[in-house]
Amino acid sequence: MLKIRDLHAAIDGKEILRGIDLDIKAGEVHAVMGPNGSGKSTLAAVLAGNEAFEVTSGTVEFDGYDLLGMSPEERAREGLFLSFQYPVEIPGVSMTNFLRTALNEQKKYRKEKPLSASNFLKLMRDKKNLVEIDSDLTNRSVNEGFSGGEKKKNEIFQMAMLDPRLSILDETDSGLDIDALRVVANGVNKLRRDDNATIVITHYQRLLNHIVPDKVHVLYKGKIVKSAGKELAHELEINGYDWIKKELDEQ
Amino acid sequence: MSNNNLTQKYITLYQNHKERLLDNSSQIVNEYRDKAFDAFKKSGIPTVKSEAYKYTNIEEPFSRDYQSVLESEKFSGNIEELFKCNVEELDTYTMFTVNGKFIGDNNPGALPEGVIVGGFAEMAEMHPAIVEKYYGKSALIEKDGVIALNTMLATDGLFIYVPSGIKPEKPLQVVNILTAENDILVNRRDLIVVEGGADLRLLFCDHTISTNRFLVNAVTEGFVADSGTLDFYNLQNQHNGTVQIGGYYFQQDKKSLLNANYFSLNSGIARNNVFVDMNGLHGENHISGLTLVDKNQHVDNFLSISHNVPECESNELFKSVLDDAGSGAFTGRIYVAPDAQKTNAYQSNNNLLLTDTALMNARPQLEIYADDVKCSHGATVGQLDEEALFYLRARGIGKDEATILLMYAFAYEVIEKIRVPALKEQIRTLVEKRFRGELDKCDSCIVCADINKVMNDLSGV
Ligand SMILES: Nc1ncnc2c1ncn2[C@@H]1O[C@H](COP(=O)(O)OP(=O)(O)O)[C@@H](O)[C@H]1O
Ligand SMILES: [Mg+2]
Repeated sequence: MLKIRDLHAAIDGKEILRGIDLDIKAGEVHAVMGPNGSGKSTLAAVLAGNEAFEVTSGTVEFDGYDLLGMSPEERAREGLFLSFQYPVEIPGVSMTNFLRTALNEQKKYRKEKPLSASNFLKLMRDKKNLVEIDSDLTNRSVNEGFSGGEKKKNEIFQMAMLDPRLSILDETDSGLDIDALRVVANGVNKLRRDDNATIVITHYQRLLNHIVPDKVHVLYKGKIVKSAGKELAHELEINGYDWIKKELDEQ
Repeated sequence: MSNNNLTQKYITLYQNHKERLLDNSSQIVNEYRDKAFDAFKKSGIPTVKSEAYKYTNIEEPFSRDYQSVLESEKFSGNIEELFKCNVEELDTYTMFTVNGKFIGDNNPGALPEGVIVGGFAEMAEMHPAIVEKYYGKSALIEKDGVIALNTMLATDGLFIYVPSGIKPEKPLQVVNILTAENDILVNRRDLIVVEGGADLRLLFCDHTISTNRFLVNAVTEGFVADSGTLDFYNLQNQHNGTVQIGGYYFQQDKKSLLNANYFSLNSGIARNNVFVDMNGLHGENHISGLTLVDKNQHVDNFLSISHNVPECESNELFKSVLDDAGSGAFTGRIYVAPDAQKTNAYQSNNNLLLTDTALMNARPQLEIYADDVKCSHGATVGQLDEEALFYLRARGIGKDEATILLMYAFAYEVIEKIRVPALKEQIRTLVEKRFRGELDKCDSCIVCADINKVMNDLSGV
C-alpha cells in the first residue's frame, strides 16, 4: 500500500529526514518510535503533504501512485488520514460544517453521491459512540476550547467519519489518561480491516499494549535505525533508547 | 487645506440651482441651506491632507463631471427590465428611493398608528415641528465639508418617525436604488427619529442598477430618545463605478440602545462616517461592520463615539477581508468627556489580508478625559492561518473551499450581531456568495422584498 524509498526532507534548509525506507501492506499496523526530535512528526507531515517541509529527494508510492505529486486534499481523498499531534483550533468553523464539507468533497472525488442531511447526522451519531466523544463537542467550532484529550478523541472521531485506507496517528496517546487511551485504542481497533493500514507514531510503548503492531521501527536522527516485531517495543520500554544510540555510535 | 477650484465648482452648482432647491423644500430646511453654503465656502471638499480623509481621496470623484440629479427629472424609467428576480422575500415594510428621491408609489404595508414614513421633502412640509426639533442637530454643518455640501444641495430622502412606546412588528426596509443614463451625483438626506421607549428595526439596502458612475453623498441623522431602541442595518452592494460617502450621525438619550451594522459587500469607494453622541446616562451601543473588498475596491470606516455623560457603554467591532489590490481604512475615535465617569468603551478592528497587494490602515484614537473608565481597543492585521488551512486540506477539503471556510470563520462574528434572524440567514448567504465571487445583481435582491411589485408600480410613473 505504501512504499517509501530514500526519503529526504528539510525545513528552512535544515535536513530532518535523511533517507527513510518503509513498506506497509494492507491489513498491517506499523509502530514508529523514537526519541523526541528524531523526525517522526516530520515524516507524518511530509506524507500528508504539508508544504512547510521540502522533500529534497526520494519517492513515496501510495497504491502505486506518486504520493508526493499530490496536493494534501488529493492525498486525503485517496484515503490518507493524519491524526495530528497538535490538532489546530479553528474558531468560527463548526465541527458539523467542517465534517460535512470534508466528507462530501471526498465523495465527490470518488464520484459518489453526497450524504443527505439525515444520513450525515446518523453517521455522526454512530461514530460519536465509537469514540465516546461528548455530544456537545460536535456543536462547537473545530477543536476550539477542547481539552488535550478531547482533541485527540476528535481526531479519531474524524478518522471514523472519513474511513481512510491509511491512517497515520501522530502521538495520539500523549496527554490521554488511561481511560481515554483505552477508548481511543478501541476506536482504532474497531476501524481495523484487511484493506486498511495504520502507522502508529509514539514514543511510549503504552499505546501498543492496546493497538498491537505487526512491526516496530525506530526512527533516530531522521533515519530508521532498527525494525523488528512487536517485542522491540517492549525492549525499548525497559531499556530506553540509549542502547540503540550507543549501538549506532559504535558502528 | 481645501481645493479652491473644486470648492468653487460646487458653489457655482448651488448658485445655479438655488431657486429650484428653495422651491422644493420647506422653510426650515432652506434656512439650513444658506448656513450650509457659508460653512461650505469655508471648509470645501476635504482633501487627503486633512486627518479625517487621509486614507480616502474624495477630491478625485468630486472633481469629475456629473449630470447632477438637481437637473434631472424624477425617475421615470422601467427598472423592471433591469432588475428582475424572484427570490424569497424578507417580511418587512418596504420603501424605495431612486437616486436619493423617495418613491411613494408602493404601499409598504400597514404601519402602527402614529408612525410616519415617507419622503423627506414632503414630510418636512407636513411635520415642521419634528424637522425644527431635529434637522441639522446631529449632522453639524461645521463638522465636515461633505455635511455642509449635503445640507446645501439635498432635497429628498427618507423620513421616519416612530412615536413613544411604538414598536413596529416588522423591520422597515429601505432599498436605495441608483440608476441613470449618465454619471450622476446624489445627495440623499434622511431623518430618523425613535421616540422614548419606541423600538425600530431599519434596514438600508444600497444598490446600483445601471452601469454609469455614481457619486453619492448621503447624510442620515438618527435620534434615539429615552429608553428607545434603534437597530440599524446597512447593506451595500454597488458596482465598482460607485463612490459613496455615507454619513450616519446618531444622538442617544438616556437608557437608549443603538445597534448599527454596516455590511460593505461591494462598491468602488465607500466611506462610512459613523458618529454617535451619547448624551444620557446608561446609553448603550453596538456598532459593527464587515467589509469585503477585492480588485481595486476601497472601504474606509471612520467612527467617532462621544461619551458626553457618565455610565454609558459603547462597543465597536469592525472586520475586513481584503483581496487582490483592495484597500481599507479604519479609524476608531473614542472621546470620553471629563465628567463621563464609569464609561465602558470597547473597540476591536481585525483585518485579513489575502494578498501582498492588499492594504489596510487601522488607527484607534482615544481621547479620554475622565479617570474612572474601562476602555479597550485592539487592531490586528493578519493573513490566513496556514496551519488551519493545512488541517482542512488534510481532511480532503480543496484549497479554495478551505479558504472560503476560513474567510467565513473570520467574518461570522460580525454576522452573529444581526438581531433579525431571517436577515442574519440572508446576509450569511450573501457573504458566502460574495466569497465565492457569485454575488451578482440578482442575489443582491434576496433581501430586497417586493421589488417586482414596486417595479410594476414604478413603470407607470
Ligand atoms: N516547523 C519547524 N521549523 C523548524 N524546525 C522544525 C520544525 N518542525 C520540526 N522541526 C525540527 O525537526 C526536528 C524533528 O522534529 P519532529 O519531526 O517534530 O520530531 P518528533 O516528532 O520525532 O519529536 C526537530 O529538531 C525539530 O526541532
Ligand atoms: Mg512529534
